[in-house]
Amino acid sequence: MNALPCTIYVSFTGALLALAIGSRSAMAARVVALLTALTAWGITLSAASRFVPAAGLQELVNAPWIPDFGIRYHLAADGISLTLLVLTGLAATAGVLFSWNITERTGEFFALYLALIGGVYGVFLSADAFVLFVFYEIAIVPKYFLIAKWGSTNREYGAMKLVLYSFAGSALVLAGLLWAYAAGHATGFSFPELVAATGRLDLTQQTGILALVFLGFATLAGMFPLHTWAPTGHVAAPTAASMLLAGVVMKLGAYGCLRVAMPLSPAAFAVLQPYIAWLAIIGIIYAGLVALVQDDFKFVIGYSSVSHMGFVLLGLAAANSIAVSGAVLQMFSHGVIAGLLFAVVGRMVYERTHTRELAALRALPLHRLLPFAAVVFVLAGLASMGLPGFSGFPAELTILIGAWQTNPLWALAAATGVLIAAAFTLRVIAVAFFGNAGRAGPLGPPDFEDSAARPAVAPYPPITWPEKAGALLLLGATIYLGLSPDTLLNWIRPALQSPAFHAILSGGAP
Amino acid sequence: MNADYAGLFQALRPEAYLVIGALVVLIVDMIWARHRPANRHHVALALGLISLLMAGYAAATSGASGAIYDGMFQLDPLSVATRTGVILLAALALALLPDAARLRHPAEFTAILLFATTGFTLMAAANNLLVAFLALELASLSLYVLAGFDKASPESAEAGLKYFLFGGMAAAFLLFGFSLLYGLTGTLRLDLIGQQLAQQGPTPLLIVALVMVLVGFGFKAAAAPFHLWAPDVYQGAPAPAAALIASASKLAGLVLFTRLLWPGLGSAVGTIAHLPVTVGWAPVVALISGASLLLGNIGALAQSNVRRLLAYSAISHAGALLLGVIAAGRTGVGPLFYYAATYGLTTVGAFGVIGALESAGRVQQLTDLAGLHKRSPLLAGCLAVFVLSLAGIPPLAGFFGKFAVFASVLQLGGLAGPAGWLVICAIALSAVALYYYLLILKQALVAAPADNAAPVRVSLSATIALLIAAGLIVALGLWPSAVLELF
Repeated sequence: MNALPCTIYVSFTGALLALAIGSRSAMAARVVALLTALTAWGITLSAASRFVPAAGLQELVNAPWIPDFGIRYHLAADGISLTLLVLTGLAATAGVLFSWNITERTGEFFALYLALIGGVYGVFLSADAFVLFVFYEIAIVPKYFLIAKWGSTNREYGAMKLVLYSFAGSALVLAGLLWAYAAGHATGFSFPELVAATGRLDLTQQTGILALVFLGFATLAGMFPLHTWAPTGHVAAPTAASMLLAGVVMKLGAYGCLRVAMPLSPAAFAVLQPYIAWLAIIGIIYAGLVALVQDDFKFVIGYSSVSHMGFVLLGLAAANSIAVSGAVLQMFSHGVIAGLLFAVVGRMVYERTHTRELAALRALPLHRLLPFAAVVFVLAGLASMGLPGFSGFPAELTILIGAWQTNPLWALAAATGVLIAAAFTLRVIAVAFFGNAGRAGPLGPPDFEDSAARPAVAPYPPITWPEKAGALLLLGATIYLGLSPDTLLNWIRPALQSPAFHAILSGGAP
Repeated sequence: MNADYAGLFQALRPEAYLVIGALVVLIVDMIWARHRPANRHHVALALGLISLLMAGYAAATSGASGAIYDGMFQLDPLSVATRTGVILLAALALALLPDAARLRHPAEFTAILLFATTGFTLMAAANNLLVAFLALELASLSLYVLAGFDKASPESAEAGLKYFLFGGMAAAFLLFGFSLLYGLTGTLRLDLIGQQLAQQGPTPLLIVALVMVLVGFGFKAAAAPFHLWAPDVYQGAPAPAAALIASASKLAGLVLFTRLLWPGLGSAVGTIAHLPVTVGWAPVVALISGASLLLGNIGALAQSNVRRLLAYSAISHAGALLLGVIAAGRTGVGPLFYYAATYGLTTVGAFGVIGALESAGRVQQLTDLAGLHKRSPLLAGCLAVFVLSLAGIPPLAGFFGKFAVFASVLQLGGLAGPAGWLVICAIALSAVALYYYLLILKQALVAAPADNAAPVRVSLSATIALLIAAGLIVALGLWPSAVLELF
């Protein structure tokens, strides 16, 4: 447990090493990146194996940093942070494996990648709002360069849009936190201190502060109508960056909402709760419908991410311990599944076919050309639809149960999102991987009779070992969690018993 | 008046070193170095740096001994820190000299730079209207010359002339304001002026004097609507001169006017922390600040010239710094000084990168930076640090500067009045600012180099200066208390 802060330091050191070594040898940079990601992940796993669930944050580091403003370098973790830390380690390792084929400026790529990871670890470990904010912003900037340099379609636009949305969101957060700090005469930026400071203000000011902070974090979590950065950004990003963005970075926003924004003021949260819930539901349904009509394979996944993150936000908005624990579980589950989907689309398919147009993919018998990719995508798609046996099922079910307890209407409305998710996932599976076969029927058309005579049945390079390893890693995680969601829920539930969440979670229930 | 010449000399050792250094540079160049053109730059640079280092050491160790020479100067923690700061910034700017190879008279350039620095250090300590004005003019006249120093370039001449005309006008306003203040109070000492004005209360004549003074301040800080010189000067001036104008001059000016406004005119501050607003200089400064924030950030969006872009970014930063001036009297000058000093470091660095690049060709358009990561990884890395610090990305110093200033302004009255609203506006505009800062970095770090672009060779002194500036920005960003605890 006490080694957890090392995840941050290891990642940043790895970033510097990759930068230094990358100019000489690309392979060395890859190995450094993989070792760094594995080390950090190993630290989180070993902490997880020794983790004793408890209410409240368990102290890791607490030292004065900027005494003039009462800011302390304060790191701590509970079950929620630990869940997301393990996710970060997993997604980071898989991301390195899926970017094994980066050949241009490899060292710089992995340096930025690891810096981003370091920032993410930092956010999940912070117990001081200022520290959290600093790490949060550290995680923003590398995204721009990762996308603008190594991305694909419309990358400069996508990168700029994504970074400006994230930064605007963080500006809202900063404004809200400073407002609470200054107007409430806080002596520091620790969470309890900010909560106390907010409590000293009238309800109007409390609502304003909470709205600013929540909206700022929710921007990064892809809340409707501030979600538009997500599909364009994810589509433009290189595979590993899309995996991280959808898998981990969007969780920063949701985590901020839960850890920083919601506890600030229970009264103000009660005012905002229905608005947040309905925005989340609109996001689920709207993004699902948009995903249904996309022509670009990656855009389908991008919008599906927004739709699934809507469930997280709904779980937070429902504000009872079932819904919120479901939301945290969904963060983990979506992180794994979205990573997997983006890996198949961006790395396995696009890098070989050089197209993501569904119309063009329909003409290719991808299930024969890339059987491994097809299998992985079908499994990931099933997980994404929320089929039992995969992590999506317990997560979304828990959220819906929790939402029902707060307001049955919310649960009913959001449940239609599950149907839409099934529709767009099945559609994209059918079109992208079974396009020809689907039209021709199970027996195959005449031109496939002599397929043995055709010169190149498999014109694409085979799936490489890093891709297989990464895919199996993520698949294993989603299936394990689908079979045994209690592994994580046993960490999350005690954490929600802490006094910080108590007022929110009891106030939101009927 | 009891004249304490020993005390005066002791206090003014830094200025003495600077002036002697300037003369030595000129003499050595005249009798020895100018016959050896290959070494001329290096001799001037070495002598200039030695003199700056001695002055810097003297300034840093001079100690805050209070009023000097019958209140002509005030040596408090602020003036000690500022004198050290401006000398450091001037040394960093001077280190860019070898790359500005087109400057044909390096010794004269160095000497005038040292005179300008003398003006800055005097501005930092001045506690008397007359001394303040003379110091300001010494600095300004030197800067006019430095801006127009590149005789081969019409833009440089334009920069010098424009700066001179605007500066002369602003100085006239300022002097008129000073004369009114003297007429109202019968004294030139800032602390006595403050006492007198506190007894008299606000009069219409005082308001006129305030506005006149603020015109001079707005010019010095490059704040809207007195900013018009900045884009042209930043564009045309030689890189070391632009670096000095953007950094040390701004720091010294801010400190001079903060001293003038708070201890001198503190009784006429007015209030903008709560509604209704009461009359004084704070509402006017807030107006200037808001105008600068808007105009600087929106103007910068339209720029394709990297130097003009930095000028508009400077205008927007001036807006934030002016907010800091409003808060300085209530919550201490620490945040303001931290912001101004680290901002100076970043602009010296940014112009340093431009200056170092100019040894390999003109740098005006953003596209001239294309492929910098290939041409010189060092410059690209340093530029990334400087630009991200300007954009306010933690853990760089630019972030904490903004954070500290905004927090101290909000502590005045929360969001209950215009001051709080301006802070929210400034925070929102920082998201706009990130856009144009990323445009710079996109060229430098993402775009491919032009076909004819050669690798850049950076001189040793510029390399060291850039590394020092970048290192300080990171270090001060991580340990801001190192500066804040000085006050």
